[in-house]
Amino acid sequence: MTVDTQVPAATAVVEIAHDERWTAVCRYGELVPGRGVTALVGGEQVAVFRDRAGALYAVANTDPFSHASVISRGIVGSRGDTPVVVSPMYKQAFDLRTGKCLDEPTAPDGSAARLSVWPVRVTA
Amino acid sequence: MVKKDLVLVGHGMVGQRFLEEFLAQRDASRDWRVTVLAEEPRPAYDRVRLTSWFSGTSAQELSLCADSFVDEHGIDLRLGDPAVAVDRERRTVTTRSGRVVGYDALVLATGSYPFVPPVPGRDAHGCHVYRTLEDLAAIKEAAATARVGTVVGGGLLGLEAAGALRAMGLETHVVEFAPRLMALQVDDGGGAALRRRIEELGVVVHTGAGTQSIGTGWDGRVRTMSLSDGAELAVDLVVFSAGVRPRDQLARECGLVVGERGGITVDERCRTSDPHILAIGECAQAADGRVYGLVGPGYAMAEAAALQLTGGSGEFTGGDTSTKLKLLGVDVASFGDAHSTTPGALDVVYTDTRAGVYKKLVIGEDGALLGGVLVGDAEAYSVLRPLAVSRRPLPAPPEQLLLPASAAGSGAVGGSALPDEALVCSCHNVSKAALRAAVSEHGCTSVREVKACTKAGTGCGSCVKLLGGIVEDELAAAGVESARGLCEHFTHTRAELYEIVRVKGITSFSRLVDEHGSGEGCDICKPVVASILASLGNGYVLDGEQAALQDTNDHHLANLQRNGSYSVVPRIPGGEITPDGLITIGEIARDFGLYTKITGGQRIDMFGARVDQLPRIWQRLVDAGFESGHAYGKALRTVKSCVGQAWCRYGVQDSVALAIELELRYRGLRSPHKLKAAVSGCARECAEAQSKDFGVIATAEGWNLYVGGNGGMTPRHADLLATDLDRETLIRTIDRFLMFYIRTADRLERTAPWIERLEGGLDHLREVVLDDSLGICADLEELMARHVETYQDEWAATLANPERLRRFVSFVNAPGTPDPTVRFVPERDQMRPARPEEDAEHRVPALIAGPELEVHTR
Ligand code: SRM
Ligand SMILES: Cc1cc2nc3c(=O)[nH]c(=O)nc-3n(C[C@H](O)[C@H](O)[C@H](O)COP(=O)(O)OP(=O)(O)OC[C@H]3O[C@@H](n4cnc5c(N)ncnc54)[C@H](O)[C@@H]3O)c2cc1C
Ligand code: SF4
Ligand code: FES
Repeated sequence: MTVDTQVPAATAVVEIAHDERWTAVCRYGELVPGRGVTALVGGEQVAVFRDRAGALYAVANTDPFSHASVISRGIVGSRGDTPVVVSPMYKQAFDLRTGKCLDEPTAPDGSAARLSVWPVRVTA
Repeated sequence: MVKKDLVLVGHGMVGQRFLEEFLAQRDASRDWRVTVLAEEPRPAYDRVRLTSWFSGTSAQELSLCADSFVDEHGIDLRLGDPAVAVDRERRTVTTRSGRVVGYDALVLATGSYPFVPPVPGRDAHGCHVYRTLEDLAAIKEAAATARVGTVVGGGLLGLEAAGALRAMGLETHVVEFAPRLMALQVDDGGGAALRRRIEELGVVVHTGAGTQSIGTGWDGRVRTMSLSDGAELAVDLVVFSAGVRPRDQLARECGLVVGERGGITVDERCRTSDPHILAIGECAQAADGRVYGLVGPGYAMAEAAALQLTGGSGEFTGGDTSTKLKLLGVDVASFGDAHSTTPGALDVVYTDTRAGVYKKLVIGEDGALLGGVLVGDAEAYSVLRPLAVSRRPLPAPPEQLLLPASAAGSGAVGGSALPDEALVCSCHNVSKAALRAAVSEHGCTSVREVKACTKAGTGCGSCVKLLGGIVEDELAAAGVESARGLCEHFTHTRAELYEIVRVKGITSFSRLVDEHGSGEGCDICKPVVASILASLGNGYVLDGEQAALQDTNDHHLANLQRNGSYSVVPRIPGGEITPDGLITIGEIARDFGLYTKITGGQRIDMFGARVDQLPRIWQRLVDAGFESGHAYGKALRTVKSCVGQAWCRYGVQDSVALAIELELRYRGLRSPHKLKAAVSGCARECAEAQSKDFGVIATAEGWNLYVGGNGGMTPRHADLLATDLDRETLIRTIDRFLMFYIRTADRLERTAPWIERLEGGLDHLREVVLDDSLGICADLEELMARHVETYQDEWAATLANPERLRRFVSFVNAPGTPDPTVRFVPERDQMRPARPEEDAEHRVPALIAGPELEVHTR
C-alpha cells in the first residue's frame, strides 16, 4: 500500500459505495487511527477503520464466529504485510482489504469466515 | 501460439477444484483457453455446507469461486446453460441454448442427481429433493406453511435434512428402508445409539420401513404418506434423500463406457474410454470400480486430472471413505473397515446407553486396527482413522482407547502414537511426515504457518487438534524457540518492554513499535503496551493514541457479552454495600431492563446494556457514588472479605475494614493479568484468601500474607509469604509484591505461574520484597504511591468529557439509533441474549423482543 502524503483534512467526508452510489458516513477526523466505527449503510452495518498511516477500510460489522455485530470494536494491526482487524469476540483476524479470515476458513456453523468489503473514499 | 481449448462441463465442487489445480500449473493459462458450461445459475459453491444456508449463511458466503478468479484467468463461464450433447468425432459440445463449443480436452464433472424412489405421488406439490441452493429455497418456502415434514432416507443427507426441518419448527419424521440409520457408515449398535440421540431431539424415526405411496389433497398438495409397515403419516412436506446416482447421461449418449451400476468409467489418471475426455467427481467410476459420494476423493481426482492435462503425473487409485460429522448435534464417525468385513476381524465394543455413546473398534488377527464406528463421542477419530488407514498396531489396549477420556487415564492417545505415513488430514491428503517436514524442511515455526503451508486443517477442521500436537512436538524437537517474544511485532518479552518503556520514558505505542518493534501491532502487543503505559502512570487509559490500544472491554469500560451487548459491574469494595446502594443498583437495572446476577466476586453484575446505554447507566451509578469495578480490565478485580470480628463470634480482626482499604488502594491498578485478593477474619478462612493472588488471614497478633493463589483452570494454593505482620508492614509488603510482579511477569501470567517460574522461587521473592536484596524496594513503593495518588475513576472521568463519550454510539452516522441486532428473549423473569436460531429472520417470532425488552417481575 502506498502512503498518501496528502493527509485528508479532519472535515473531509468519508464515503462508502453502496447501490452504485457513494454514501457519506462521517468526517475523516471522527476516525481515530487504529480504531473503527460502525455506519449504517442501506440497512447494513459497515465497520469503517482508519489505520496509523491514514488508509481507510470498510468491512461487514457482523462477526461470522459469534453472529454479533462487533467487528468495528476490534483492534487494528498487521499480520506480516496484511492489515488486519481482530474480532473482539473470539479474536480471529480478518484481512481488512479482502475481509478474509486469516485464522479459520469457516465459522462453526459451516459458513465461510469472510466479511464483505465495501469501497470507501474520502472527499474534501 | 494457438491456444488449445479446454471445456469443463459442470461447475460444482470438484469442477471448481479442478480449475484451481489446473490453472495453478505452469503455463496452463498460456496454453489453454478455458470454457465452463454450468447448469446451475451461479458459480460453484460449497455443497457440503449447504445446510448452513438455513441458519443464515448466504449464497455468497457459500461461494467457492470469486469473480476475480474467473476474470484473472480469463475463464469463459457460462452459467445456466448446460451441455446437452457431445460430438466426439467433431470434438464439440452443444449446450441447451444451442451454442456449439469445440474442445481439445473435455472434462466431465457433472456430479450426481438425487434418487427419488418410484412411489406413486412422488411428483406431488410439496415433494422436494436436497441437492442445490434452489432446492433449499423451495423447501424453506414450503416449510413456512407446513406443520409436518418427512424425510425419506436415513443416511447422512437425510439426517441433515431432518435437522433442518426440525430447526424450522416442523414436526419431523425420518423413514429409512434399512433396519438402522446411516446404514452405510455405522453398524447396528451405532445406529441404535444414533437413533436414541436423534429421537431425544424430537425427530420420529421409522426404520425398516419403505414409502409405499404419497397421497394428495384436492389441491394436488401432499397430505399423507403410507409406509410399508402399515403406518400412515399426515404430512405437508416430503424431502427425498434416498441416495444419489451419477449423472452419466451425457457420457452414455455419446458412447463412452460407463459402469454397470452407473458412473463414467475412468482409469487411475481419470481418463475415460475416449482419450480426449476425462471425468472426475461423483459422476465418475474410479479405477477401483467405486463411485465416491464424498468430496475428498473428488478433489483427489481433480488433482490427478489437472496433472494429466498439463503433462505431470498424478493418480487416483481409491480413497478413504471415513467420515466424521455432527448430525443434529450428535457426533458420528466411521472409518476403515467399519463393518468388520475382513476375515478374522474382531470387534471391541463400548456402549453407554444413558449417555448415548457407542464405540466400536475392528481389530485384525495381527492386532492391527482396521476400522471403527464412534457415535456420541468421536473425540478419538482423528487419531484412530490414520492408524486404521495405515493398518498399524494400536498404541494402547483397545478397551483403553474406547473408554471416556476421564476413565482412560493415561490411555489417551496423541499424535506421537502415529507412524510417519499416517494420513492426518484427509481433506487435503497430508500425512504426519508432511507436517513434520513443514517444520524441519520448510522452516515453518508455528501451527498457523504449517496450516498455511500444507493446507492441512483448513477443510472440515476435524484434524486440527491432532495436527497442533504433532506440530508442537516437532517444533520442540527442532529446538525452535517457541517464540519468546511477545508476538510478531516485538522480539521482547513483556518484562523487557516494561523496562524499555520505563527507562526511556516512552509514552506512546507508535514510538515503541517504530523504535523497538515492527509492523502495525496487533491484538496481543497493543493491550500489553496499553497496560504497561497505564501501570507507569500515563494518565487516563483512553485518551489519544492509547484509545486505539485497548481491547473492546477496556475501550468501552464494560464487558462484552456474546450478542455484542455489555455488562456493567460497579465496585463494591470488600463486598460491603448499604441497603440504599442495593436499591440504587436495583432501580438502575430495572429502569434499563438489565439482567442482574450476583457474581462470584461478591458484587453485582448487570448484563445486556447496549453500547449507547452505557453512559446513561453510568451517569446514574456515578451520581449515586459508585465507581468502575474494572471487571473489564487486567487490573484489580475484587478484594473479597468475610464478615470478620465485628459480627462473627470467631473473628480476631476486622477483615471487612482491611478488605475495603486494600480494594481502594489498589483499584484501577493495571497489571499483566487480573488481580484478585481476599481477607479472612480468622483461620476458618471463609473468604478463601488462599486461592487469591494475594490473601490475608487474621491472626491474634496481626496478619498472615499469602501470595500466588489461583482459582480458575489451574488452581493453586497460595504460599505463605510472611506472618503476623502489622497493618503498615502488610501494606508495604503487598505494594512491593504487586509492583515487582507487574514489572517482571509475562503477558497474561497470573501471580501463581509467575511465582512458579521465578528463579529461586518463594525464597527469592521473600529476599526481594522483605529484605530488599535487589535494592529496588524504594522504587517499587514509589511507583505504588504514584498509582494511589493519581487514581481516578475512569467512568467519572469519561462522563466529564464529551470527546470521550463519542465512542458510545451504535452508529457513527445515526447516533440515536440502537443496534437492532442486539436482541433478547425472556427467561426466568429476566432476559438473556437471543440465540442466532431465535432471531426474527429465523422465524421464531413469538419469542423475539426488541432491544428495549419489557421484563415483568412477579
Ligand atoms: C461475572 C463473573 C461470573 C459470575 O457471574 O459470577 C465472571 C465472568 C467472567 N470471567 Fe471469571 N468471572 C467471575 C468470577 C471468577 C472467579 C471467582 C472469584 O473471583 O472468586 C474465578 C476463579 C478465581 C480466580 O480467578 O482465580 C474466575 C476465573 C476466571 C478465569 C480463569 C483465571 C485463571 O487464572 O485461570 C477467566 C479467564 C481469564 O481471565 O483468562 C475468567 C474470565 C471471565 C470473563 C472475563 C470471560 C470473558 O472473557 O467474557 C467473564 C467476564 C464476564 C463479564 O461480563 O463480567 N474468569 N472468575 C465473575 C465476576 C467476578 C467479579 O465480581 O468481578
Ligand atoms: C446437503 C449435502 C451435504 C453433503 N455433505 C458432505 C460431507 O459432509 N462430506 C462430503 O465429503 N461430501 C458431502 N456431500 C457430497 C458433496 O457435496 C459432493 O461429493 C460434491 O459436491 C461432489 O462434487 P461434484 O463436483 O462431483 O458434483 P456437484 O457438486 O454436484 O457438481 C456438479 C455440477 O454439475 C452440474 N451439471 C450436471 N450436468 C451438467 C451438464 N450437462 N451441463 C452443465 N452442468 C452440469 C450440476 O448442476 C452441478 O452444478 C454433501 C452433499 C449434499 C447435497
Ligand atoms: S465460568 Fe466461564 S462461562 Fe462462567 S462466567 Fe466464568 S468464563 Fe463465563
Ligand atoms: S481432515 Fe478435514 S481439514 Fe483436515
